[in-house]
Amino acid sequence: MLSIFHSLEISHYIYLSTVLFSIGLFGVLFRRNAIILLMCIELMLNAVNLLLAAFTEYMGDMQANGQMFVFFIMVVAAAEAAVGLAIIVMVYRNTRKTDVSFLDQLKD
Amino acid sequence: MGVFSNLPLPFLILSFLTILGALYVVTSKNPVHSVLALILTFFTISAHYVLLNAQFLAIVNLMVYAGAIMVLFLFVLMLLNLNKESEPIKSNLWGIAAAISAGLLLVVITAAFQTAGIAVMKSNAEGIGLVKNLGRVLMTEYLVPFELTGILFVSAMVGAVLLGKRDKNDIVKSEEI
Repeated sequence: MLSIFHSLEISHYIYLSTVLFSIGLFGVLFRRNAIILLMCIELMLNAVNLLLAAFTEYMGDMQANGQMFVFFIMVVAAAEAAVGLAIIVMVYRNTRKTDVSFLDQLKD
Repeated sequence: MGVFSNLPLPFLILSFLTILGALYVVTSKNPVHSVLALILTFFTISAHYVLLNAQFLAIVNLMVYAGAIMVLFLFVLMLLNLNKESEPIKSNLWGIAAAISAGLLLVVITAAFQTAGIAVMKSNAEGIGLVKNLGRVLMTEYLVPFELTGILFVSAMVGAVLLGKRDKNDIVKSEEI
């Protein structure tokens, strides 16, 4: 690592990931398009991944437990995206909409 | 800007781009622009991984997220013909409530970390994020989760195909139309 990066501390990565996670949460609460909701969830997962990688580096963990977790999170995210998009396509085929607020008709 | 003045410039630029991209994902009206902004965000996060000595992770992030998952999203958007501003406008009240909730989470977590006083020094361990080390750990300590991952992927694939397949009645209906 170059010497100019020695002034970086773990707290900077914590704040960056927190901001990213909050933006993702805002998107999940605010947007209605189901595809964009999935994208915001990916954003939140990536914020967590960044934090795990940062902690692995700063703890100097040769077992790389944090990075292993990042791999498994990526796997789960890929599976979630595949199944989620398939569900969205199916819903779109039946209702011609990808609006999540339209899906509350299940309660009627 | 006194807080940021002692930080290295590449980190500042990368973080700025990351947050900007994330904000554009959330606020853009056009879903295709959202996907492209998310790809930008993933690229900058990969750059952060390189800064954190997680080289293999950076490449995998690019291939899996920016390459595979985002192309899948883009495909679905194009397939459903949603690449126009088709989203109904939510009321302002809803946006304010969402902003307050997310902002509260941000404030609470930030405050918690400020009082926690995490004192972790940068380690000098080398080669943590290289393929050699990661592969050894994955194939020894994390062998069982690794195999379970395979099962998860197979079931996700089968589920996606099953959900995406049209059943026979649908095909007949669409042919009649």
